This record gives sequence, structure tokens and C-alpha cells, in this order.
Amino acid sequence: MLQDKDRIFTNLYGLHDPGLTGARARGDWDNTRGLIEKGRDWIVEEMKSSGLRGRGGAGFPSGLKWSFMPKEVGDRPHYLVVNGDESEPGTCKDRDIMRHDPHKLVEGCFVAGFAMAAHAAYIYVRGEFYNEAAALNQAVEEAYEAGLLGENACGTGWKFDVYVHRGAGAYICGEETALLESLEGKKGQPRLKPPFPAMSGLYGCPTTVNNVETIAVAPTILRRGADWFSSFGRENNVGTKVFCISGHVEKPCNVEEAMSIPLKELLEKHAGGVRGGWDNLMAVIPGGSSTPMLPKSICDDVLMDFDALKEHKSGLGTAGVIVMDKSTDIIKAIARLAYFYKHESCGQCTPCREGTGWMWRVLERMAKGEAEIAEIDLLLDVSLQIEGHTICALGDGAAWPVQGLIRHFRDEIEHRIVGRKSVAVAAAE
Amino acid sequence: MSDTFEFTPETLEIAKGYIAKYPEGRQASAVLPLLDLAQRQNDNYASDAVIDAVAAMLDMPRIRVVEVASFYTMINTEPVGKYLLQFCTTTPCWLRDSGEVVDATKDHLGIDFGGTTEDGLFTMREVECLGACVNAPIVQVNDDMYEDLTGPKMVELLDALKAGRVPPHGSQTGRQTSAPIGGAQTLTDLDFAKAD
Repeated sequence: MLQDKDRIFTNLYGLHDPGLTGARARGDWDNTRGLIEKGRDWIVEEMKSSGLRGRGGAGFPSGLKWSFMPKEVGDRPHYLVVNGDESEPGTCKDRDIMRHDPHKLVEGCFVAGFAMAAHAAYIYVRGEFYNEAAALNQAVEEAYEAGLLGENACGTGWKFDVYVHRGAGAYICGEETALLESLEGKKGQPRLKPPFPAMSGLYGCPTTVNNVETIAVAPTILRRGADWFSSFGRENNVGTKVFCISGHVEKPCNVEEAMSIPLKELLEKHAGGVRGGWDNLMAVIPGGSSTPMLPKSICDDVLMDFDALKEHKSGLGTAGVIVMDKSTDIIKAIARLAYFYKHESCGQCTPCREGTGWMWRVLERMAKGEAEIAEIDLLLDVSLQIEGHTICALGDGAAWPVQGLIRHFRDEIEHRIVGRKSVAVAAAE
Repeated sequence: MSDTFEFTPETLEIAKGYIAKYPEGRQASAVLPLLDLAQRQNDNYASDAVIDAVAAMLDMPRIRVVEVASFYTMINTEPVGKYLLQFCTTTPCWLRDSGEVVDATKDHLGIDFGGTTEDGLFTMREVECLGACVNAPIVQVNDDMYEDLTGPKMVELLDALKAGRVPPHGSQTGRQTSAPIGGAQTLTDLDFAKAD
């Protein structure tokens, strides 16, 4: 188990002062100038060798992403945009960072922004996080008053501004290009890529979009060193990570743990275990609603990291772990997620706009057994026609949970259809 | 019903502060913050006049503002009650019996999703994941999340609001934010905390 001395988010639960005084006591803003003085290249290289992969779901290597920004600033300014539109069902970690450890994020903005030669960062916070945005705004104000941000941030001579921007309720704005559209004052509809944001992002300027957790861990990694961070977890899957454990566990919670922790250990050590005991487990959605579920047989020994979950055709995603015990109507659980994607589809691409609603309607029928056996394969086929055929990954995210259901619980769907048919036959006789 | 809207001197100052966050010529970026600000001043309702005022202030075609207002769920293009009750029923909340919380509210208030009580106090709305899943089930009342709810706890909350009291938000079982029930098992051995 990860020791407290190696936890980055030492105020995850808000037991201590989230303000600047408390943050400083926890080590934030400690000689930030010293980090900056080591230079842009050093920061990017250190982030690369730390092995940090993006914490927002896709898991792209963060240092590498930063290095895609143009080396020299041309006639267009560079921007850092932080994605705090946390809306993936099962995920509530950025909320804790923004309300309880906001200075880690604000300091991270400066360090990361400097590394990509930006003078401004916009933090896009989902609109529903009103109080979280207020806490973050307060941290930003404190940082300006203390000279940590502004014309001469931390006495480095580098001008740096941080702006908090609230969204207004749209899951799609968590997709990076939809977020940029929204930040520009438009509907949140994803853009075609290329051009990638590093070439043409916010206002057509070079932009890097990173998740809240990714940016917030950066200063600690730089202070304690890439070797320290990469000493946790397996190769290619290193570091610590905030896991969100929801659903049918005795004690749902957020917790920062080492990457590659066994799922069973994560649930039993931190969340009081599965309700009714491990044998009462039916399935786990391991990384937020978009990641395909895993049945108990896989959960028994799977590790919580990118590669291990990928081997089982799922993913670490946001590390939002949704636990379902044997009392769960597993078809209904996925039907409800299908409804979520139908509701949140921006409507731009036909396969997603039409397909998400179609899948939801079929799943609602299947939950009641009102379907034909052949429709299971039809559903799978439709999900494959959505996956990979849309501008953004929302279509994929809608297709994967359905595929996971069919992959592992096809017999349950069949059982329900056959059960209903036999009842109907008996009633007719 | 006559629909007029004008920013007050106070909200106008705030609006200018919002617009100043974005580069010159990019004032359209402030459209969501301004819609939010203006609807707050207008009983949480983004009426036609609100949309006109925002469009005028940002020098945006009206249709662009309408487009934005209709895209985002938090911009209320219909009037809502004093307390907007937003029920998360997405899978993580559903697994923790958000259904019971919804049913208890429907029974207690005699309205359904989309409805507003006759006294104008409550509007019920079903929403998608509110991003507080480890504290499910959750209801957002205006700006505040009420967490770890049950049917009876929800009824208590409604009665308090009816009586003019706004109970503390957050966990309704007294648990420390997102820490496990019974208290944090981690972050108990911290040097800075010992110095407190």
C-alpha cells in the first residue's frame, strides 16, 4: 500500500486549510522559482522521464504532449487549457483537487504553462462545480496577491495569468476540442483533428489541453524527481493515481494509490470491500462509464493500470471504479449508461446521434426481455458501426460499455429473452 | 408577461470582469459566464430579454447566444422554482438507489420531473452524472450538492427548505467529504499535520 509520505494530494478529503497558508505547509509553492530557473527543456524532459500519462482518460504521455508545442513563440500566443469538466460517470477526483488542494493545480498551471512558453492558462470547470470553482478562484486570487502569479510570477520575470472559466452542463465539453469551442463561446461540438490543438487550439493558437490531475501532480513530480514518481506501479504504468470507488462497496471513497494496485486490494483496503463480500461481486466498470465492464473472474486478480486493463479489452480511463454486486440488474445498468450517452451526444455525427438513442432503446427492451436473440448480434454490430466512425471519442465511449455487456453477460441477456418468451407461451396456453 | 432585463450596476461590474478574462476581440468567450450571471439576477431564468442583453453586451448575433443557451443544460430557458432540484440518476447514483430519493420527492411534492410546485418553490429535474459519485446518491439544489441521500433524508431536506432553512450541503450522513464512512484510513500520518 502506498504510504502517506508518498501521497501527492495530502488534503484530498479537505481536513486541512485549502488556502495558501495551508498549501504552503503542505509543500506547495516551495521554491517554484527554482523549478522555473531550470528551464523549459528541463521541465519537459523531467516530465517525460517521470512516465506520467494523462489522468483524464486517454493516458497519453504528458511530457511528450507538452513537447508538441512549437519551440519558439511566433505571432500567436501559446495557451495552457486545463480540463476540469469532470463528467465521466464514476469520476469525482478533480472535484476534490479543485476544492481541497487548489494550489497544487494553480502552481501546476504556472510550471506547465512556462514549460510550453504560455503566459496564460484557462481552467475550464464544469458548471455544476460552483463551490469548487469558487475555491479555485480564491486560490488564484491568493496566488496573485502573493506575487506567485501576475507580471512577474514567483519573481521569475515570467508573466503568467490563470483564469477560471465555468461551463454550463455538457459532458461533451470534456472532449478537448469541444472544450475549446465552448471556451470560445460556442456550442461544445468537437472539431476535426488535425489540426491538433498544439498547432491550432484556443483562438487558433498553439494550445495544450491537460486534465486537472495531470497538471496538479506536475510540481510535486518536479520537486521529488522523475525517479521517485516512476518508482510506483509497473513500467509504462507508473506513478500514483486518485481512484474513485463508487457503487456497491461498503465504503465508497476517493483514494490516492500506487498505479498497478490489484483491483481486489484497492476495493478491500480502501472501500471496505464489496457489499456482502467478494463472492457477491458481479462486475466492475474499472475506469469510468466509457470503459467496458469486467466480470468477477477477471476482477479477482486484475491490476489497475493502463496495460493490464487493456489486455482485458477495457481501460483505466479516469480510474472511476464502479462496483456492481449480484443484486444488480446488469442490463439495466448499461441501459442507463446508454441513455447517458444518448443525452450527451452533441448531435454532430450521424452514427453517434442516431446510434446512441438506438442502442438505448434496444437495451431498455432487452432489460425487460422484450427482444429477439438475434438482436444481440445486431446490437453488437451497431455498436461497431458507431465505434471509430465519429469525430470524437464519445461514440466510442457509448459503444464500449455495450460491447462489454455483450462480451461478458450475453447469457444473461439471452436468459431474460427466453424467460419472457416462455412466460408468454405459458400464458397463451 | 412583460419581459425586460437590465444588468444592475453591481452585475455590470462583474460582467466587465468576466469579459476582461479573455483577449481583446474574443469577448464571445464570456457568453456562458454572462448567461449564468444574468439568469441569476433574473430568478434563475434566461428569458428572451436576458438573451438580448447578453448578445448586446458581447456584440454577438442573437442567434449565436440562443444556440449556446439551448445547448447547455444549466442555462434555464424556461422559468424554474426558487429551488431547482437536480437529481442525478446515472448508473453510479442509480446503483446507490437514487430511485428512492426521486420517488420520495415526487410523493412529497406531488410533481414529476420537469414540474414546478404551485407555490413556485421547487422544480424537479433529472440530470446526468453530477461528478460526485463516491457520495451517491446526489441531488444538487441550486449551487449546492447534497450527498449520501436517502428517501427520508431528502424529505427532511425538502421540509427544511420549505421552512426557509437551507441545511448545510455535502454529505447528509456527516461523513468527511469523499473519505470512507467512519473516517479517513489514509492521510493520517502527515508531517505537516503533526505540526498543526
